[in-house]
Parts: sequence; C-alpha cells; structure tokens
Amino acid sequence: MIQVEHLTKLYGSKTAIADVSFSLEKGEVLAFLGPNGAGKTTTMRILTASLPATSGSAKIAGYDCFDQPKEVKRLIGYLPEIPPLYTEMTVTEYLTFVGRIKGIEPERLPVALDQVLERMSLSEVRGRLIANLSRGFKQRVGLAQALIHDPPILILDEPTVGLDPKQIIEIRQLIRDLAGARTIILSTHILPEATAVAKRVVIINDGRIVAEDTQEQLSARLRRSEKVSLTLKRSTPDVRERLLALPGVLSVRQEGHTFLVETELGRDLREDLGRVAVQNDWGLLELKLVAMTLEDVFLRLTQHEEGMETQP
Amino acid sequence: MSPVGAIVRKELRSYFVSPVAYVVASVFLLLTGLLSFLAIATASNRSMQLLRVQGSLPELNLNEFVFRPVFYNMAVILLLVVPILTMRLFAEEKKLKTMELLVTSPVTITDIVVGKFVAALTVFAGMLALSAVAPVALAPFAEFRWPPILTAYLGILLMGGLFLSAGLLGSSLTENQIIAVILSFGALLLFWLFGWAGQVFAGTALGKVLSYLSPLDHFDQLVKGLVATKDLVYFVAGIVFTLFLTHRVIESQRWR
Repeated sequence: MIQVEHLTKLYGSKTAIADVSFSLEKGEVLAFLGPNGAGKTTTMRILTASLPATSGSAKIAGYDCFDQPKEVKRLIGYLPEIPPLYTEMTVTEYLTFVGRIKGIEPERLPVALDQVLERMSLSEVRGRLIANLSRGFKQRVGLAQALIHDPPILILDEPTVGLDPKQIIEIRQLIRDLAGARTIILSTHILPEATAVAKRVVIINDGRIVAEDTQEQLSARLRRSEKVSLTLKRSTPDVRERLLALPGVLSVRQEGHTFLVETELGRDLREDLGRVAVQNDWGLLELKLVAMTLEDVFLRLTQHEEGMETQP
Repeated sequence: MSPVGAIVRKELRSYFVSPVAYVVASVFLLLTGLLSFLAIATASNRSMQLLRVQGSLPELNLNEFVFRPVFYNMAVILLLVVPILTMRLFAEEKKLKTMELLVTSPVTITDIVVGKFVAALTVFAGMLALSAVAPVALAPFAEFRWPPILTAYLGILLMGGLFLSAGLLGSSLTENQIIAVILSFGALLLFWLFGWAGQVFAGTALGKVLSYLSPLDHFDQLVKGLVATKDLVYFVAGIVFTLFLTHRVIESQRWR
C-alpha cells in the first residue's frame, strides 16, 4: 500500500531526512517514533504529496507522490500537527467545504457528512462555531476532516498532542476503531502511544531510521539478558550470595527489599528463584519478569549508548 | 462542485462573516457618494456662473464635468482600499496553517489562486454595482450619455481586478496581513507613479515603456469612452501575469 524507498529531503544544506525506507501493507498501523525534529513531519508531508522529496521515491497504492499528486491526495486523509481549522466556520460548514475540495459528489456529501459526524461523536456540536469548541473537540473535527472522503490511508501527525488524558484515551480508541480497513501511519514522540495503537514501530532519529520492527521484537532484539525482580519481606545478609549461587544467574542488584536478578538469555529462572526464597523463608512478596520497555529501547537507540554499535 | 467553485464559496462566505468586506464597502461607497455629490455641486455652481455671464442656460457636458473626475478619484480610493480586501486571502491561511489542508487536498494551486481571485473580484464588482447609484439617481434630472459611463465602469472593473491580483500576490508573500497590505500598496503606487515618470521621460523609449506599464493611461482611455483592444489586453494580461506570479510563489513555498 505504501512504499518508501531511500527518501531524502534537504532544506538548503540541512538534512531533514536521509535515506528513509519502509513499506506498509494494507490494513497495517505504523507508528513513527522519534524526538521532536527527527523528521517525522517531513516524511509525512512527502507522503501527502504536498512536499517534494530531494531524492528517493514514495508510492501510495502504486501512485507516485511526486508525479501523480492528485491520485495520491484522493487516497489520503491527513491530520497535520496543528489541525487546519477555519475557526470562524461551524463544524458543518467546515466539513462541507472539506468534502467539496476532497472531491465528494454533491449528492453524496450530506450522507458522508452525517456519517463522519456520527463516527467522531460530533453530532451535538455540528452547528457550533469551531472557535468555541474545546481542544478535544477541535482535534476530533480535525480527524473528521481527514476522514470525510473515506480514504483508505490515514496519516496522522501527533494526533494526541495537547489533549488531556481523557481525550487522549478517546482519540486513541478512535484510531484503533479506524484501523483494520484502513492503513494508518501516525507519528508520536510519546512512547506508550506507539504501543497503544500500533503493531509496528519505526524509530527515527536525526532524519534516519534507527530501528523498524514490531514492538515485541524490538525489545527482544535489544535484550541481551533476562531480568527478574524479586521482592522479599525479610532479607538476610546472605540473600545476594545465595541468589548468585544459582546456576544461570549473572548478577544481582539490591534496591532495598527488591533484588534485580539478571540471568542468562533464554533461561527463565523464576521457578528456581521462587523455590530458594520459600526454602529460606525470606517471605516472598513479589516475583516478576522485567521486560525491556519501549522506553528503554528508544533511549538506547537514540542516545548512542554503549552497545548500540553491536545492534544490527 | 468544481474545486474552484468550492473555494469561491468558502471565500465569499468568509468575506461576509468578517466585518472587513462591510467596512471596506461602506468606506468606499461613502467616499464615492461624497465625491459624486461634490462633483455635481461644482458643476451646478459653474453652470450658475455661466448663466449669469451668458444670460442663457448653457449645455454643460455632465460626462466631462461630473463623471470623469468622479471616476479618477474613485481609482485613487481603490488604490487604498483594494489591498485591504485581499490581504487576508493567503496570509491568514498560512498563519492558521489551513494552507496545509488546501495543499494536501486534490485541488491544484491554480484552483486555489483562481478561486480566491474570483471571490475577491465578486465582492469588488458588488461594491462597484452599488456605487452606480449616483448616475442612476442623476439620470431623471440631467442629460448625459451612458456609453462612456459604462466603459468607465469597465475600466474601473479591470483596474480593480489588476489591483486585486497585486493584492493577492502581496498576500502570498507573507503570513502577516499588515506586511501583505504594505507590499501591495507599495507595488500599486509604484506602478501609478510610472505614469508620471512616463511624462517626465516623454518622447524617449523609456518614457513609452513606463507609460505603458502604468495603468493610468489605459484607464484614461476607457473613462473617455474609448475601448481599444490594446488597453483591454494590458489589463487582462496584467491580471493573468500577476496571478501567475502568485501561483509561482505559492508553488515555491511547497518546497521549503
């Protein structure tokens, strides 16, 4: 559905993105993850056929973003970071105008309008001026604008930025509801957001893709050891030694009553650890596997930490 | 609906929900009304003087003594108010980031530029139509010829169109409406002064070029009732060229 190959964009001598390649099948949801200024918006604007790339190619459903902008634009619904709202219009007036410039047939427009108002739960504010709506409603009008012509591809630039937690949950739910039939690309600099809505994550930093995979594999790939956290009620001074004595344990770090046990990759020592704790009557309170979060992955990939060079 | 039609409708709507169009039209109509009144009062004073001197009621040419000065002054007022009418068109879209919506929609930049121009021209033509109240009101009481008045209105419409396209260009260059208005003013006044410069360098090739570039001479012909192809070509080509420049400016901003 979307093929991006060796995309590069220079603004003067400044490189916005360099050699970005990825592809997306129909119905997939991909999150673009990266700090601010990493090149997420630039990539998205190229995909919307509104910004020409310096080199490389971007194809949407077989149409080239540079040579066939009109076809591409018809297939895409785009929500920029700042929703492009005419605040002196009412919701209905605004969406009617958007429907017209998106090329919806006049006789189909009322139906499309009703559907999108319904879907975005905007029906009760349809007659209100956009200027008087809350931030959350404005964002929904922005999403409605991207959806009114029922595009197969949605490109959402930081769709939850500036919203309160409740509105963020609502918008994420809306995006999840939209997935399935539609191919969605969204950008974010918030890690849990990528996890919450997307199966696949592309991490971009300084205009380059530093990792691209499913979220589980990304963390698995970067995990060189398993970590188990063990919380005890009564820790005796010899806990550390006894734990280290277990086969497969690499190191033990103590934080109060919690022991962080690092073990060899592929060995789940939870059972052994539990047995030792019970046998010694340490008062086992908690025993859990510590998975590497996307946050760890992200920081490791973008902050040039040690070990980064060893990663593929 | 065609994309141009959608943009024209949107722009017309936004003219009439904001006070700008009303204020501009009111000021323009108030001033042209006052101008017409002054011109008529001056003409009637003059004819009274002539009556006293000659002893008989003279045949005063209203086209010459009333309408021509009114049209010239109207042109000056347009120079001042037209950029106000256009300053918003691109500057605001860029400031509010709504340009992003237009350029990611399946409409061309030509559609956008033409749509905005047609909307501004429609508002302007409406304003002009309302100013025609002066000759219409005068018609039952005085003798004058309509054709030169109609050609003068054609001249005003064409010159206004040229001013609107210059205003649109000014607006495309910035996201600040004040800057847009100043740029348009500057450009219009510069071309206005070309007419004077043309007289200074009269007889030389430079003088000819400058006179040709200024809208004044071309407008003057139409006010006199002379419709020549070269003057019509000047205005239409000027409008098309300025809109083309606007198109290039908007297109080039896409690359940055």
